Amino acid sequence: MVDVLVIGCGVVGAGIACELARLDASVLVVDGENDVCGQTSKANSAIVHAGYDPQPGSLMARYNVLGNSLMPGLCERLGVGYAANGSLVVAFSAQERDHLQTLLARGGQNGVPGLRILTGDEARGLEPALSPDVRWALYAPTGGIVDPWALTIALAETAVRNGAKIRLDTLVRAIAPQGDCYAVDTSKGQVEAHFVVNAAGVYADAVHAMVAPPTFAIAPVKGEYLLLDKAQGTLVHRTVFQCPTAAGKGVLVAPTVHGNLITGPTAEAVTDREDVSTTARGMASVRALAAKSVPGVDFRATIRSFAGLRANNARAHDFVVGFVPGHPRFLDVAAIQSPGLTSAPAIARDVAGMLQAHGLNAPAKSVWIEEPLPTPFRRLSAQEQHALVARDARYGRVICRCESVTEGEIAAAARRPIPPRSLDGVKRRCGAGMGRCQGGFCGPRVLDILAGELGCDPLEIPQDKADSRQLIGRVGEGAWARDV
Amino acid sequence: MMYDVIVVGGGPAGLAAACAARRQGAARVLVAERDGELGGILNQCIHSGFGLHYFQEELTGPEYARRFIEKLRESGADVMTDTMVTAVTRDLRVSVLSPRDGVQTLSAGAVVLTMGCRERTRGAIAIPGARPAGVLTAGAAQKYINVEGYAVGRRVIILGSGDIGLIMARRLTLEGARVLACVEAQPQPGGLARNIAQCLRDYDIPLYLSHTITDIRGRRRVEGVTVSRVDAHMRPIPGGEMDFACDTVLLSVGLIPENELTQAAGIPMDERTRGAWVYEDMQTGAPGIFAAGNALHVHDFVDFVTEESTRAGEAAARYAAGERPPDGRQITVCAGDGVAYTVPQRVRPDNVPRAADVFFRVRRPLRDARIQICVAGEAAHTHRRARVAPAEMERVPVPRATLQRAAAIGELTIRVEGEEAHG
Repeated sequence: MVDVLVIGCGVVGAGIACELARLDASVLVVDGENDVCGQTSKANSAIVHAGYDPQPGSLMARYNVLGNSLMPGLCERLGVGYAANGSLVVAFSAQERDHLQTLLARGGQNGVPGLRILTGDEARGLEPALSPDVRWALYAPTGGIVDPWALTIALAETAVRNGAKIRLDTLVRAIAPQGDCYAVDTSKGQVEAHFVVNAAGVYADAVHAMVAPPTFAIAPVKGEYLLLDKAQGTLVHRTVFQCPTAAGKGVLVAPTVHGNLITGPTAEAVTDREDVSTTARGMASVRALAAKSVPGVDFRATIRSFAGLRANNARAHDFVVGFVPGHPRFLDVAAIQSPGLTSAPAIARDVAGMLQAHGLNAPAKSVWIEEPLPTPFRRLSAQEQHALVARDARYGRVICRCESVTEGEIAAAARRPIPPRSLDGVKRRCGAGMGRCQGGFCGPRVLDILAGELGCDPLEIPQDKADSRQLIGRVGEGAWARDV
Repeated sequence: MMYDVIVVGGGPAGLAAACAARRQGAARVLVAERDGELGGILNQCIHSGFGLHYFQEELTGPEYARRFIEKLRESGADVMTDTMVTAVTRDLRVSVLSPRDGVQTLSAGAVVLTMGCRERTRGAIAIPGARPAGVLTAGAAQKYINVEGYAVGRRVIILGSGDIGLIMARRLTLEGARVLACVEAQPQPGGLARNIAQCLRDYDIPLYLSHTITDIRGRRRVEGVTVSRVDAHMRPIPGGEMDFACDTVLLSVGLIPENELTQAAGIPMDERTRGAWVYEDMQTGAPGIFAAGNALHVHDFVDFVTEESTRAGEAAARYAAGERPPDGRQITVCAGDGVAYTVPQRVRPDNVPRAADVFFRVRRPLRDARIQICVAGEAAHTHRRARVAPAEMERVPVPRATLQRAAAIGELTIRVEGEEAHG
């Protein structure tokens, strides 16, 4: 029996678990994937929105603006990559200028500080790579960028350090009310919980339906992105958004905290909640739209294309955060579409408060353990690097040459509260394999190091999700049998 | 720590450069290699075919490497393995990181950049579709199989007909995997003709020219791909798509010289080769810094890498000894009609004893090709070839006298003409 079961360990679930871990309550987080951050939180724009977009009075508006203000301090404490790089919404026509005015007014109502409309030349003064066709731009100094992987992992690990439990590869199959608690049937056995928080992302409506008739419906929207080499990472310094047009919401061009350039997303309604495939059409549209804002983007420097799903709500354009009618111990935190990443820290606080107000009787813990993520080796000074190698020689062995990730960092990641269990898990924690060679050189070595640290056979280590095996066996052991 | 010559990378280029620098009289020569052993990518190339030009015998990759590793040992050069060069500066300082010595900055009388190349990835060519496991570069598969001893897949499609992909088609077939097809977007193969014959045709593996993969399916592991015909602009032509059920996609879609150090040092680059531009003695635009091998431009034969790197090593040793090329005019070698690039890109005629060898690649396959070395629009020399192809690097000697004539106008052009040919 736990006090609170959190279903889903994306940035929202991890944030909630972290807030709850401050209380003297037992917290269990389950996730169907083999790692935290396994779905929407791992494939998005990685943007900290300023908050001029959501309708005033909406949950989105409230959480976005509050989340935006919480983000810098949170990232600082947790050692998560974040930059207040500011953002621009560019306008190419008088009609789009009107849209900027709308955003400016909305931003004012939402309490977004520092917004102003720039002329095209002023905008190009800030960002010389902007198209000469940009006539105006809404500048938001509080816009930012963040590392969504590191944020989710750090939140989840902080929760674990402070007593929360996490079970991965654990799918929720059924939930039955049982007196003053819920019996939750999972793929890894039954869990009983006084409170259930549904943070199941694109599956939140399915989880909700296990206890009550639907009040929202997740209609996933796929967004395709192109990520570019670091050589393109300083083309723009601020996040460059476009105004929505009849053709769509436009795409952004932004630096990432890792130093790359990100462009996208498209917006395509999909029914398959695992469909994160990219399409020729989608990628072509990202290239064309990005070039409209920033003509100099060199897409030959693309190092990865990917897609993620936004958990949009078919019934209303807002987040769903609240107790399910008739279920005062079952809290939906659903339809956390954009600006969900920005909002996550604010939502987490609110949810913890809501649970306390509804009977989660738990005082704050007296001890709180917070440990920032380790600074990447490549960012340390030569003296710090030298000292680290003297202490552990493995820091002197570079495994991922593109991102200069050392064996010491990979080994250390495997000893963290939530160790990586896949090559991509290592990538999300250390950056190995996220450079221009995309793991071509370091993959085999990362595999060996991780298997050694975890004490398992390298063959058991997946590329990413469970069973996404890169290797099928050993040479000379019949692995190549022709009859397959 | 002071060295005469520091060589960055201990693959075939670095080994040859270091041996040559020692032979040329450099007393203290260092090879810094990030891997645990010397030899570079040759170590995973266990097929034969290396050394036909240089040794007039057929060696495997590790055998070819072994000969130079032994030569290097006999030469008395220093070797640091497990050592990553993290920076090279134009004042000839080299920062290195290793488990044994931590962070060090070394200084050198000359530096030779021989970092090799890397493979283009799926991301670089943006293949649409799902992103399951089982999509990997041919070189990564080669390492898994030949070095680490792992099997990578049972039913394989190879995208691109670069040499490593062709070699892996044969390797996988011999291991018992089924290679269903090799798919090449260009109308002609990307690899050597001999590899098309020996690795595909001999094993009845179909080669689909002017085709590409337009979809990858599979949730966890690759389950299938769609292959479509493409037009002359690489655009898929609807209709006639072929679906293959497979569990693996190997990519052999090009190699890219590794030049992060070069660019960080502010050394001027050639956009066409994606390496530094160099003079006839392989010196880059930064005095005392030389470049050779696949970090300079991608080669087909290791033998030529050895030859070019030998030149770089010798010149580096001379530079470290204080010798400087004679002052004099320099000329730009221009890639004319039909020529994609040349190496060297610049020549100092007074620094050429008899003739400068110019390497280049043609843009399109041609039959009855005439390679012309032109000065002021006129062919000074014409070399004939029965056929030329982008996949096969060409070279022509440019005599010193011609170079000196070209010096008057500051440039020389290599061009090629002939009958259009395919395949």
